[in-house]
Amino acid sequence: MKILILGGGPGGLYSGSLIKKTHPDWDISIIERNPHDATYGWGVVFSDRTLSSFREADYPSYRDITNKFVVWDTIEVRYRGETVRCGGNVFAGISRKILLMVLQERCRELGVKLKFLTEVRDVAELKGYDLVIAADGLNSIVRRTWADEFQPTVVMGNSRFTWLGTHKVFDAFTFSFRRNEHGLFQAHIYPNDGLASTFIVQCDPETWRRAGLDHASEAETVAYCERVFAEDLNGEPLLANKSEWLLFTTISNRTLRYQNMVLIGDAAHTADFTVGSGTKMAMEDAIALSNAFERYGENVEAALNDYELERRPMIDGIQRAAAESNRYFETTTRYEAFEPMQFVYYLLTRSGRISYDELRRRDSSFVDAMDRWFYAVTSGTQTPNLRIVAPPPMLAPLHLRGLTLHNRVAAPAATAYTARDGVPDEAYTAELRDLTQGGAALVFTDLLAIAPEARITPGCSGLYRPEHAAMWSRLVKMAHDQQTRIAARLGHAGRRGATRPRNVGLDLPLREGRWPLLSASPIPFLPDGPVPREMDRADMERVRDQFGRAAQMADEAGFDLLELYFAHGYLAASFLSPLTNRRRDNYGGALENRLRYPLEILDAVRAVWPETKPLCVALSATDWVKGGLQPEDTVAIVRAMKERGVDLFDVLAGQTTLESQPVYGPYFLTSFSDQIRNEAQVATLTSGDITSTDQVNNIVAAGRADLCLMEPPRLNAHYRIIGSGLGSNGR
Amino acid sequence: MRVGIGLPSGVPGTDGRTIIDWARRADEGPFTSLAVIDRYVYDSYEALTSLAAAAAVTKRVRLATTIVVGPLRNTATLAKTAATVDALSGGRLVLGLAVGAREDDYQAAKVEYRHRGRILTEQLATMRNLWESGTIGPKPVRAGGPEILVGGLSDQAYLRVARYADGYVHGGGPPRAFGRAADRARAAWRDAGRPGLPQLWGQGYFALGEGAAERGAQYLKDYYAFTGPFADKIAAGLLATTQSVIQYIRGYEEAGCGELVLLPTSAEPSQLERLAEVCAAL
Repeated sequence: MKILILGGGPGGLYSGSLIKKTHPDWDISIIERNPHDATYGWGVVFSDRTLSSFREADYPSYRDITNKFVVWDTIEVRYRGETVRCGGNVFAGISRKILLMVLQERCRELGVKLKFLTEVRDVAELKGYDLVIAADGLNSIVRRTWADEFQPTVVMGNSRFTWLGTHKVFDAFTFSFRRNEHGLFQAHIYPNDGLASTFIVQCDPETWRRAGLDHASEAETVAYCERVFAEDLNGEPLLANKSEWLLFTTISNRTLRYQNMVLIGDAAHTADFTVGSGTKMAMEDAIALSNAFERYGENVEAALNDYELERRPMIDGIQRAAAESNRYFETTTRYEAFEPMQFVYYLLTRSGRISYDELRRRDSSFVDAMDRWFYAVTSGTQTPNLRIVAPPPMLAPLHLRGLTLHNRVAAPAATAYTARDGVPDEAYTAELRDLTQGGAALVFTDLLAIAPEARITPGCSGLYRPEHAAMWSRLVKMAHDQQTRIAARLGHAGRRGATRPRNVGLDLPLREGRWPLLSASPIPFLPDGPVPREMDRADMERVRDQFGRAAQMADEAGFDLLELYFAHGYLAASFLSPLTNRRRDNYGGALENRLRYPLEILDAVRAVWPETKPLCVALSATDWVKGGLQPEDTVAIVRAMKERGVDLFDVLAGQTTLESQPVYGPYFLTSFSDQIRNEAQVATLTSGDITSTDQVNNIVAAGRADLCLMEPPRLNAHYRIIGSGLGSNGR
Repeated sequence: MRVGIGLPSGVPGTDGRTIIDWARRADEGPFTSLAVIDRYVYDSYEALTSLAAAAAVTKRVRLATTIVVGPLRNTATLAKTAATVDALSGGRLVLGLAVGAREDDYQAAKVEYRHRGRILTEQLATMRNLWESGTIGPKPVRAGGPEILVGGLSDQAYLRVARYADGYVHGGGPPRAFGRAADRARAAWRDAGRPGLPQLWGQGYFALGEGAAERGAQYLKDYYAFTGPFADKIAAGLLATTQSVIQYIRGYEEAGCGELVLLPTSAEPSQLERLAEVCAAL
């Protein structure tokens, strides 16, 4: 076998040496355009898990690499003049130059041919090899030449960053956040060896321009950054090495192989520098590739298939985590209202790869401190008592006006669609009783219609007849007897009304007994479904008053919290979304107009709902349709509603129209809650496949939401744990 | 969790008698369902026709498609055939539908592969109506027609489960993969405000007894050759020992599966007997 490797970076050198080791008779050459001792960039970082894969792959190079390593297990965060440290995160750093020397030496030892100062300018030079490994980086000539086959996608980041270094030695992976008159600057600092540290500076493009860095020379950049991070540097200078301000380029490819060519390292994929995985991924690619050739020998096609199958899920996972991390560092200003403990917790768990329980395994004293801080803040004592062990965030109280919830778990009543005339059946009552005994602090009813024609199906529960209030007051008392609070969820189905019970499917129009539908505009939900009437002024006043009367009845029944269901394409939602609101009066058009009628309902409800009781609004944060409502619009809606006395937002998504393209996954709605909570500074409730106490702790501790909806019945065991634990003593 | 068995209708060279006998034997238990898979351009039997034959010789087992590639058939034909099998079997049909992944089947049926998602959504949106309204008979045994499952791993697949179906059918793989998919199906279901929980069906291939593993792996590599290197992975997942079958069943049970269908890789009647022994021992 004759193999050509393009690029003498860590991925190219490592794959060359590993393949040569198992196939000493193969002819392997590596060509590199730079001299053997040139390197750009400072240091690279590996986790302990990556290191053990190196040990397995090739012990001699592992030994040489680890001999030159500095190892640390602490992440340090400097923010608002405070320093917070978290241990248990084992990392090893090495200067890139030393790593390359070790790998070059290993290649020579095994008989891999190294040619420096050589570059392929014409792909014709790739002929005559059985295998071409493209380890030629971000601008890979192989990927560019066969772009139709590899189908790369290239996404540019938003923020600006530059690689610098310093001789000041840091003893931890350090994140420093410094704000000056131009904006917020972030430094990612890590030791390379005992003599120097890598120092990456990042900021958003506006800050970068305000600071004049868009036309700064390298020396000016260095001087500016030295001023911003003076406290971190203690008078040590920053050093530059081709330190331009860059935009991060994320590369992914539809496939990693074509004919006898394969992409590895940056040529194949890049992951945002804030997760520090570039070199790690390149070297893991090399291991997978050499394993594939160990298994399949000279069967190049089978080996490359195997490599791709092996690496694809890993690459996707890291790129997802990197995208989350990148999103965090591009929106850090959203979290500047956080106290240091919460700020650091969020930072450490930003990529979604480390949860509350995992962080506790790494550094239990950090998580204990977090628990104490969280409990002190939420229970109003302010100063954490160091002598007590505080309960986890999930069991900290939540105050909303006069209501105190003794934990952060809410439970939704099952939707049964078996009510008659708005009165739920026995099975519903039994299930609700079961829920109130489960340990969640708050239980929601299903959607209660504010009028018979506001129902989704004839089987929906309601709050519109005088006897409904008395009936619900019995269920409320049942909840209160179990020390559980209960919320009424009020809504009007709008154009999604008059459908058949949902056990056969959604939005199937009733065959008989259909009632006329109302909506912002006369657009049916299904293409051939019944057309709703565009609401006129009289309709708007009547429905508004029905909401007000239902709110009064909810209060009489003793409900602790009221939720207005303005999400999922129902009546109020049909006004909010531009997809369903085509009105030409002052209730349609600009967001301000589309918001007007929902606010009228809100005002009518707030006027009769007691001052001491909190009010919640459910919204679809996005329509999940191009041209529809976006999270940024919802932030504006939330701000306006907060002004009018809404205390909690139930952040949902989609269902506005049939075209909605949802994205499901573990807590798939929480990123919207996060954005809305922290941009509009409101309390939020999140839901969407939240199935473990670990997830609830993680979401609440990071300030992504204040309350989580966990869904039965799979979770009854969890509820019982909450119920039997500290939670029930907290009230 | 219930355990069903596949008909060997997808195993090349199987004669008709063997399939009928297999169905009759499966009905004696302990299996709760008899399932078929769907492929046009292959030496295999048509899925719903096979179930119609099975309906004639069975009384008890549910007859499931895991899955039928809906878009290959025009909607009226699909609705008519399904209603027929449902009526012939006394309401035992469970109609699993998905888009499939074989472009050659679409070419053979002269259906645009790239429209497969849209077509399946339309079929799901209209089929129930055709049955209920009596437009296309025979009249369904169960109000609302046969139970419908939807398969697939895309967000749109989960959305179809939540909007139109009674449950989800997974394509096979380790219990963890099933669990992840089931979580998403369940999340979509609740998000849509459907009552209760979706039915969750899983499947896997088995080959028990001497020499069966090699023949089974050979068959899977051939049947899934269109997936390229992935065929090797599927073949490697073949349940070839009693122990691996039991572990698979337990794993699926823990992951919340409601009905697991084990598909044969050979039409040897001993395959069914061996699996029956394993299941009876559980």
